[in-house]
Amino acid sequence: MQIAPPDYDRLFGALSDATRRDIVRRAIDGGEGVAELAGHYSMSFAAVQKHVAILERAGLVTKERIGRRKVVRTNPEAVRVARGLLDRYDELWRGRIERMTALLADSNDTKETDR
Amino acid sequence: MTVTAVRKDVEHLTMTLDAEFEASPERVWQLWADPRQLERWWGPPTYPATVTAHDLRVGGRVEYHMTGPDGDQPHAYWDVLEVERPHRLLLRDGFANADGTPNSDMPLNTFEVTITDLGTGRSRMSIASVFPDTAAMEQLLAMGMEQGITAAVGQIDAILAEGAVASGTAR
Repeated sequence: MQIAPPDYDRLFGALSDATRRDIVRRAIDGGEGVAELAGHYSMSFAAVQKHVAILERAGLVTKERIGRRKVVRTNPEAVRVARGLLDRYDELWRGRIERMTALLADSNDTKETDR
Repeated sequence: MTVTAVRKDVEHLTMTLDAEFEASPERVWQLWADPRQLERWWGPPTYPATVTAHDLRVGGRVEYHMTGPDGDQPHAYWDVLEVERPHRLLLRDGFANADGTPNSDMPLNTFEVTITDLGTGRSRMSIASVFPDTAAMEQLLAMGMEQGITAAVGQIDAILAEGAVASGTAR
């Protein structure tokens, strides 16, 4: 199944929260249900359930029935938006290069002022 | 723009980026070798890095944490694998627990820094970064590099806003 075009607003909106990022990380192995996930956080079951629902709407996790249990699993399709991630990583380094350039320019200016 | 080339290989999860600077290799090296300078560029203003240990020798370790707008402080470290001052660094970037011990649950990203003398006071710096798998990359970007995502969200917002203006004009 194609997920096209990815809803980046929703995707990154869902990832903009530290707890939800942590849930995505934990659910890569996909062994835990909402109740077990909730055990990792100092918030109510309902609050964790709400976070999972937001992630589900963004396509980042799915709930999968295994026997009588429902486990939360990170969606490999969404994770495979690796191209996008690679782009983000590129952006991260471009930001760093910009700051490096500014820093080098700073020290050049200082040298000239010293003269 | 000082970034001169970017190559991405989705299949092998590698990214190579070249940048050119109006500075000697030794000066560019200092950006890595001086922890106070490193702090000024590693994290963005919204997510500054604090370097708490800095031993840039083979087998050495650099420890740092970032401080997010909500006060969250992801800890991380580099293992220094290879050093050839002022031309080459091979580093393994990993996440750490709050006490600085490596968090082995978290993925490692290895990157190589190459600094080449271009003459007349110019240098080229190349970053070659490798991720073990897509899940690792997802984790790395989602967990410790949220500034990347934050920046991306801003850019996406801008693109969406432009799109709205453009379609508005077309009407």
